[in-house]
Amino acid sequence: MPQLRMTGRGLWITVLIVPPLAFIALFIVYPILSAFAYAFFDWQGLRRLDFVGLENFHTVLFVEPYRSWTLNAFRNNVIVFFALMVLQNGLGFLLAYALWRELPGARFHRIAVFLPVVLSTIIVAYLFKLFYHPLFGVVNITLKSIGLGWLAQPWLGQGGTALWALIVAQAWHMVGFPTLVFLAGMQRIPGEILDAARMETESEWVKITKIVWPLVAPSATIVFTLLFVGAFNWFELPYIMAGLDGSPFGSTDVLGLYFYRTAFGNVSAGQQDFGLGSALAVLIFLFIAAIATVITVRLRAREIQL
Amino acid sequence: MSAAADNAYYQRRGILGTLGRDGLLQIILIANTIIMLAPIIIMVFSAFKTTPQIFQSPFSLPDFSHIGNFVKIWTETNFLRYLLNSFVVTGASMVLILTLGTMAAYAIGRYQFTGSGFILMFFLAGLTLPLKLAIIPLFMLMRDLSILNNQLSLIFVYTAMGLPTTVFIMTGFIRTLPNELEDAARMDGASEARIMWSIMLPLVRPAMVIAGIQNVVPIWNDFFFPLVFIQNDNLKTLPQGLTTFMGEYTTDWGVLFAGLTLSAAPIILIYIVLSKQFIAGMTSGAVK
Repeated sequence: MPQLRMTGRGLWITVLIVPPLAFIALFIVYPILSAFAYAFFDWQGLRRLDFVGLENFHTVLFVEPYRSWTLNAFRNNVIVFFALMVLQNGLGFLLAYALWRELPGARFHRIAVFLPVVLSTIIVAYLFKLFYHPLFGVVNITLKSIGLGWLAQPWLGQGGTALWALIVAQAWHMVGFPTLVFLAGMQRIPGEILDAARMETESEWVKITKIVWPLVAPSATIVFTLLFVGAFNWFELPYIMAGLDGSPFGSTDVLGLYFYRTAFGNVSAGQQDFGLGSALAVLIFLFIAAIATVITVRLRAREIQL
Repeated sequence: MSAAADNAYYQRRGILGTLGRDGLLQIILIANTIIMLAPIIIMVFSAFKTTPQIFQSPFSLPDFSHIGNFVKIWTETNFLRYLLNSFVVTGASMVLILTLGTMAAYAIGRYQFTGSGFILMFFLAGLTLPLKLAIIPLFMLMRDLSILNNQLSLIFVYTAMGLPTTVFIMTGFIRTLPNELEDAARMDGASEARIMWSIMLPLVRPAMVIAGIQNVVPIWNDFFFPLVFIQNDNLKTLPQGLTTFMGEYTTDWGVLFAGLTLSAAPIILIYIVLSKQFIAGMTSGAVK
């Protein structure tokens, strides 16, 4: 009887665990492993041809015009990451600190700051595209109406401002996320520590830098890592606002657009190339994995266990 | 030592002293809330205006009885179809995610068996991998399964993407449940399936809500996978359909804003009602 019951339980566990495992294996693990394999082959449309070793990697890294495209997109991703570190995570920390004081209306402010986060990136992208319109967009209309008409310009139409216009839209969309993660971190700081700090110093600045900031380190680790992964995967917002070519003149081109364009083709690049696309995907993937690991390990080390 | 230096530096500036620390923070919060809400309010207002009205006075209060833009969307576009498709795809994905996720989490969290640690690791590995980068093999896989241009491709990918977080949240929760009820039922001769269904599942509902919200928002909002998998206009989900629609009406800004407003409305309304659960759910992967 116990024997039978054990096999019954084993069967039951198998029934529970196999279907979900199959989904992960088929739709996550297998495609990711395949992406690595694809990069070592020559492709013609959807047909796999010869094994070409590292040639695809060599092409995207060292052969023109791919080399310039890769470098340009990568450089833009780096700008996006650092700009969002300030605009999204930095501002998020400040807002979290303000919300943490539980001033009148804090509940309302908390709901408002997270509202854009639940919207689809596509909605945000189109909304800001309309706002940035050179003639009829509210940005330029506002500038003109407050006497700053000389500042009005085609925000998305010129290389110098386009990427920054996208970064601002992205920061508006997502600033609520780090805000509420930081806020949750601050709310976990024990009251005794804060009381002790209050005895030691009157300075708000000292309290923030010496007490609050170190104690929300776990939150910082997570939002920094997520922002890094997100910034180097950036696709939807530039796709809608700047188009698949990262217009104007590649000034908003990022690795996500470049990868997609290379893999699936577009009007100007024409031919789709799964080999080069996969090589790019593998390089982006390895870069993200390596740096995200370094960020996580380095930041974890400074976290304090309470 | 350095603390004292900072302190002196700060006192010299004295801005907090004159304005009051909380006053400054309150101003920051109010300014930020205006910035957060203004684009959404302008969007909704513009949806009730004609295009010339939008160009002339973008900030003015509209005549809310002017619903011509919405009527146009209702009657002239495929909008309703996109909305329905989004409901079908999101709904089916959520049912699969919560069913399969709970099954796996229950097995891992409730039973001790060899390899359970490894299986949990296998699920969690999917947490951090950016699946977008595997889009080429996924495209080929969907083609081989003959479900390109079929919403099943979306449902399967979303299910796989949602499982890691769901298993993670649910396993943690299921492990905290007490053994007594389960043991008592087992003594009475209840089968394992019966114990799971009638005794344990009612207890895990709070975790299912959190896991559900964390997944439902990204799935409802996703644009990338439909972009690659779906070509047929009648199968498009809302974010993807929006691109078709925005392309058709480029000069009719009233209709554009109405389309954006209609697309945003479902999630904004649900968010306003359930903001607490949304915030808890969407940050649950990053908090604690």
